[in-house]
Amino acid sequence: MSSKMRFTSDHEWVELEGNIATIGITEHAAEELGDVIYVELPAVGDTFAQGDNLAVAESVKAAADIFAPIGGTVTEVNDALEDEPGLVNEDPMGNGWIVRIDVDDVTELDDLMDEEEYEEYLKEEEQ
Amino acid sequence: MSELRKTPLFEAHESLGGKIIDFGGWALPVQYSGILDEHRAVRERAGLFDVSHMGEIHIKGPQAQAAIDHLVTNDCSKAKIHQLVYSPMCYPDGGVVDDILVYKLCEDDYWLVVNAANTDKDFDWVKRNVSGYDVTVENISPQVAQIAIQGPAAQRILQKTTPCDLSSIKFFWCLPDVEIAGRKALVSRTGYTGEDGFEIYCRPEDARHIWDTLLAEGKDEGIVPAGLGARDTLRFEVALPLYGHELSPEITPLEAGLGFFVKLKKPDFIGKDALAAQKEKGLTRKIVGLELMGRGVPREGYAVMSDGKQVGYLTSGAFSPTMNKGLALALVTMEFTEIGTELDIDIRGKACPVKVVKTPFYQKSYRKE
Repeated sequence: MSSKMRFTSDHEWVELEGNIATIGITEHAAEELGDVIYVELPAVGDTFAQGDNLAVAESVKAAADIFAPIGGTVTEVNDALEDEPGLVNEDPMGNGWIVRIDVDDVTELDDLMDEEEYEEYLKEEEQ
Repeated sequence: MSELRKTPLFEAHESLGGKIIDFGGWALPVQYSGILDEHRAVRERAGLFDVSHMGEIHIKGPQAQAAIDHLVTNDCSKAKIHQLVYSPMCYPDGGVVDDILVYKLCEDDYWLVVNAANTDKDFDWVKRNVSGYDVTVENISPQVAQIAIQGPAAQRILQKTTPCDLSSIKFFWCLPDVEIAGRKALVSRTGYTGEDGFEIYCRPEDARHIWDTLLAEGKDEGIVPAGLGARDTLRFEVALPLYGHELSPEITPLEAGLGFFVKLKKPDFIGKDALAAQKEKGLTRKIVGLELMGRGVPREGYAVMSDGKQVGYLTSGAFSPTMNKGLALALVTMEFTEIGTELDIDIRGKACPVKVVKTPFYQKSYRKE
């Protein structure tokens, strides 16, 4: 887990490199969801505001909305998920990433949790 | 989750890493290792399910068979001792109270095995409707635990724990007082997965010992504990109806495709007039299988559309682990139910093409000889 990662209360993660943010769901979210069998991805060029519905991860039991942790324009989607949606379970913070977006306003990241805060948040949520 | 009811196997589920959920008021595992893993294990090897939440209603007395035949749509009069009968149990309007298994244990002595969430409702319904018969009715659910062992290796594994020759128990037959791992149990060759297998009814205090023994003895055969998630995807692939989905007070057994289990030639049963009239008039809708043409996951409640107009809804939907595609059971207006009919389902506002296909989606492999 990189220290540059930021986290949402809906259990998405986002990592910024230059102006491009890579987005996925956290290990906790993947575990809660169970076997992911389909990910509905946006199209390259789609634009999202922070908090918009960005994608849907479907497991055997449930469909879970993935919200944009930060606003911007989609530059790339993880095509590997089409054939191997299970990557979201195997490597949610790495090869199981969902989309990359060109960020509108980097300061939106300030609203999100850092790793330590997220760990704390998970502990609180468990109780 | 302290307010939830626990089966005698609750501690076993926890120690096996089961993910416990609230299932109609019961604390039960939805999965252990993962639904896909468990599903495949049952299709290829064996899975062990805790189904202790299921209800058992004991009916005995000189008029037990007549009373049961008054309650259910199928014919129990020809059942032999130790034979089972599957049947819907209907309201006077033809809607379904529950779908149940009738076990004929001896002359004048029967068990009705009912869906967990319906146990109290069924017990009240049965009591109320057999008052004119010379029978006693008892809800014995708390005194009975149930374990299902399912899959092609089920018999080999169970055989290691019993001196009883299991090949003598045929499909939809049972045997009481079978010694399993040294404890007495009622064993039937039944299940809810489309695979060969057994359901084992035992005393709650014996359930843990039998469970642990089966997992240990089945280790070499690759047995896994399996949760409610896999139980649902397994029954779905072989299109076995699930109460509250394909069957309900609003859906008759004829609409659900269970006409075979409705014996209109029987002199009398609750719902007979309504079902006979429905058959006479012809159905206006029925349950069909749908296959999703593109990618995605059909889910219960999604609308079925033809040319933008709703013509039905999904009663169950899933990604089929065995066929690797999206499939659904849907209640659809009659004119759109022919095999091959092209329709759409509404997935989050998007029309996704589906085709009406034959059910079951996956061929059952019961051992019938």
